[in-house]
Amino acid sequence: MKTLPALTETQFRLTAAAVFVAVLPHLLRLPWLIALPVLVLFALCWLQRWRGGTRPPAWIKLPLVLLFPILIIFHYGNLFGREPGSALACAMLALKLLETDNRRDARAAICFSAFVLMSALLFDNSLWITALLCAALALLLAALRALESPRTAWRRDLRAGALALAGALPLALCAFVFFPRLAAPLWGAPTDTIARTGLGERMAPGTMQELLIDDSPAFRVVFDGATPPREELYWRGPVLWNFDGSAWTRPEWLAAPQHDGTQVRVRGPRVGYEVTLEPSERHWLLALDVPLLAPAGAVRGADMSLVSRTRIDAATRYRMVSAPNYELDPVLSPLHRRLALQLPPGFDPRARALAQRWRDEFKGDPGLIVRAALDMIGAQFTYTLNAPLLGRDSVDDFLFETKRGFCEHFSSAFTFLMRAAGIPARVVTGYQGGYFNPIGNYWVVRQSDAHAWSEVWLEGRGWVRVDPTAAVSPQRVQFGARAAAGASVPWYQADWLMAMRNQLDLVNRFWNDAVIQFNALRQQSLLTPFGIVRADYPQLMLAMLVAGSLLLGFFAWWVMRAPRRAGDALDAAYARLCRKLARAGTVRDPADGPVTLAARVAARWPARGDAQDLITQYVSLRYACALPAPERIQTFTRAVAALRLPAATPLAAQSS
Amino acid sequence: MNASAASLKTRLFEAAELRLPALTRLKRVEALPVVLDRRRIYVLPTRFGLMLSVLLLVMLLGALNYNNNPALLLTCLLAAAAYQSVFTAFGTLNRLQIHALRAEPCHAGGELELGIHFHTAARARHSLHVSAGAAQIGFDLDADGAATLRIPAPHRGWLRPGRLRVSSEYPFGLFQVWSWINPDFAALVYPRLEADPPPLPYAGATSPAFADRVAGDELAALRDYQAGDPPRNIAWKASARRDELLVKEFETLRGHEVVLDPATLRGLAYEARISRLAAWVCMAETRRVPYALRLPDVRIEAGLGDAHRHACLRALALAPGAAP
Repeated sequence: MKTLPALTETQFRLTAAAVFVAVLPHLLRLPWLIALPVLVLFALCWLQRWRGGTRPPAWIKLPLVLLFPILIIFHYGNLFGREPGSALACAMLALKLLETDNRRDARAAICFSAFVLMSALLFDNSLWITALLCAALALLLAALRALESPRTAWRRDLRAGALALAGALPLALCAFVFFPRLAAPLWGAPTDTIARTGLGERMAPGTMQELLIDDSPAFRVVFDGATPPREELYWRGPVLWNFDGSAWTRPEWLAAPQHDGTQVRVRGPRVGYEVTLEPSERHWLLALDVPLLAPAGAVRGADMSLVSRTRIDAATRYRMVSAPNYELDPVLSPLHRRLALQLPPGFDPRARALAQRWRDEFKGDPGLIVRAALDMIGAQFTYTLNAPLLGRDSVDDFLFETKRGFCEHFSSAFTFLMRAAGIPARVVTGYQGGYFNPIGNYWVVRQSDAHAWSEVWLEGRGWVRVDPTAAVSPQRVQFGARAAAGASVPWYQADWLMAMRNQLDLVNRFWNDAVIQFNALRQQSLLTPFGIVRADYPQLMLAMLVAGSLLLGFFAWWVMRAPRRAGDALDAAYARLCRKLARAGTVRDPADGPVTLAARVAARWPARGDAQDLITQYVSLRYACALPAPERIQTFTRAVAALRLPAATPLAAQSS
Repeated sequence: MNASAASLKTRLFEAAELRLPALTRLKRVEALPVVLDRRRIYVLPTRFGLMLSVLLLVMLLGALNYNNNPALLLTCLLAAAAYQSVFTAFGTLNRLQIHALRAEPCHAGGELELGIHFHTAARARHSLHVSAGAAQIGFDLDADGAATLRIPAPHRGWLRPGRLRVSSEYPFGLFQVWSWINPDFAALVYPRLEADPPPLPYAGATSPAFADRVAGDELAALRDYQAGDPPRNIAWKASARRDELLVKEFETLRGHEVVLDPATLRGLAYEARISRLAAWVCMAETRRVPYALRLPDVRIEAGLGDAHRHACLRALALAPGAAP
């Protein structure tokens, strides 16, 4: 076998950098059990290179090759799937670097890093990550170039890589836009879940805390007409009925569509809007209270929550119509009434006693009881994200001991009190408010806008929304969770930072719209202006070929075109001078040297010496020194530009 | 096994050229300068390029299957950059001009240093490779310049480097562009020098002592250094004063010359005679002994100096039986 020459220092460093950059996005995500050994491998690699660079012997490599699959199986349980697969790929890539000492190894490592780089996008495909990874491609290309041309400096390699990438952008966009998408996945769609924060079907004290400090967008909304006021923006999510003493949950059977008397009477205007949901790995669709229809592929439950039949794994867009003023369920079915009054026996005796006292005091008048509860909460309680921990009787502890908490504490305690007082009540979770982006004219609602409130059923009015949090902290509803939390917000939610981030969200939205959600339908609409109404595979392929050929044709022309002009700046200036003279009537004969030309110019214009001077200058610049100074050429060029000659008279033109 | 396969390949290639000159377009010898253009530049993906395209296909399938548009965008970007590198590769050879080949004569058994002179048309040309047979060299050209290819020269006579293959895998090693040139060029290879030749055959009863005196004494003048002057003749002290190399010129002593004639060398094989004569030519030149050459069809009168030496060696190189 022919032995290949060893890598130079620059070649190896660029290759190692490319591999490291490919692994980096994964390292931040991998569990330390795997990330740490991978980092150690990189350190080993550096050490080995520093010590002289011999290949590690088999007795070191073999255990390492076996170690990683074992670690991965230990952590994930198997080797296949998105997460364990990418972890294995990272480990193998780092191992490959350890034994890379010639060009073939380096090329294989770089090829594989491109794959690992792409797989990072399966976990996070936000604009920033994608842009970073595309920039990393430039590093990969630079490493490939260094392998090919070992004698150049790494800066030139990097520049060449970046230029190649920039030049590839048009062709890449063309392929991206026109490449036919798959109607159905070729193999099983990913089933492993990425842990994302989001609304759950269970609410226990403290479960929402993680959500309230998470700034990632939950969904974006564009209203057709005027936007309802901010304090009325209650985005309805899962409705929780069951309480077991510590957590509120949603009965499973309510997911099915109900036709047993659920009805909505709309009062006042309807509001139409379009929601773009970020992937949540859950089934919930969010809608403004109260939704009047269910989007395609989703059902509206008896409690007016929308559930999609498929999990929301990719950004999803749907149109909705809601009625801000409504009357929901004027008649409550016995089943629902029983559910809405259910309480776990043996929990929270003090709260039950308080509710019983109100019931006696107000003779069972629901309106007065609600008022009394809100008054109590508003007078004695504090809104804070740093709520103290609660014991077994969580409602009692909260109502009578700690008195500090946020939306889920308030709605939980309030709903409990209402039920204990004999008023049907339930907890509604969802989002409240949002941020209006005036440039993009849309609302962005973040995870930190998550909220929980209550609904009580009143005779003659149906389900009525009561937000106990608003009683404690009106700012929460008017200005959002951050304003309400005051000093307890994390540093990255500072006002000015949030304002900036809300503005920047425009870019994310564009990315979502233009790239992530680009699908077969949008592909077709792109072709409609060209008369292709139903774009199928052959037509898309044809479009791609035509556009691609045009681009490639342009590049081919660019490469093969003749060099623009022979000669240097001095020649160019002299040519300009000759053109000026020709316009003035003294046409240079091809056989004329500059001295002959100067003599003719002198004969033609005996009175003025400027043109003649310029020719003499050219002669001294061109022939009197090997390499004229650039400043002198510049001076000459400017003088030529400034030269004014009289226009040729017909007689002069004839005589010359 | 490998060697026979290689020779079979060569024979097939030669047969193809004989039968299908239009297809290979390589047979004709052409005059320099040669400018490479799209009519004679060939492009094919390398093995690494094919490997990358398989990987890109896998990435494409993955991105499409997971319906992940950013991943698809990344794949497209890499694919487009890889594909467009073919233009850069083509541009590496396009308009490259080979305007001269130069080679100083060498002796058989050594290596011919073939200087290949390029005009780059004001573009930097990266990682060019030139090969002729087994000899090959890689280099970069930032401006007009030359590369030196070392070709083994086994036989005396004319050496034709034959077809030169100019190729490049710049920028990413995904495509190879190459072009063949078959320049009208031949370099002269002087005969092999006999390793340990006997003393010079002085005419008559000249003694070796006399020969030594001729070689060492009678310093006549100093002259400028010329390529090929033996280093021990350099007048170092005088050179240091003048800032340029000077060589001691010795008086030639008329009447004391050697006549080099293969007919006097009985008992030696034909090529061995030529080898010895060549060695004697060089020996006589270094000792400053005038020498004459008598070949069956060439007679060169006695003389000294570079031109004389080259004429003699050339006559010996082209003596009957040389490579055509």
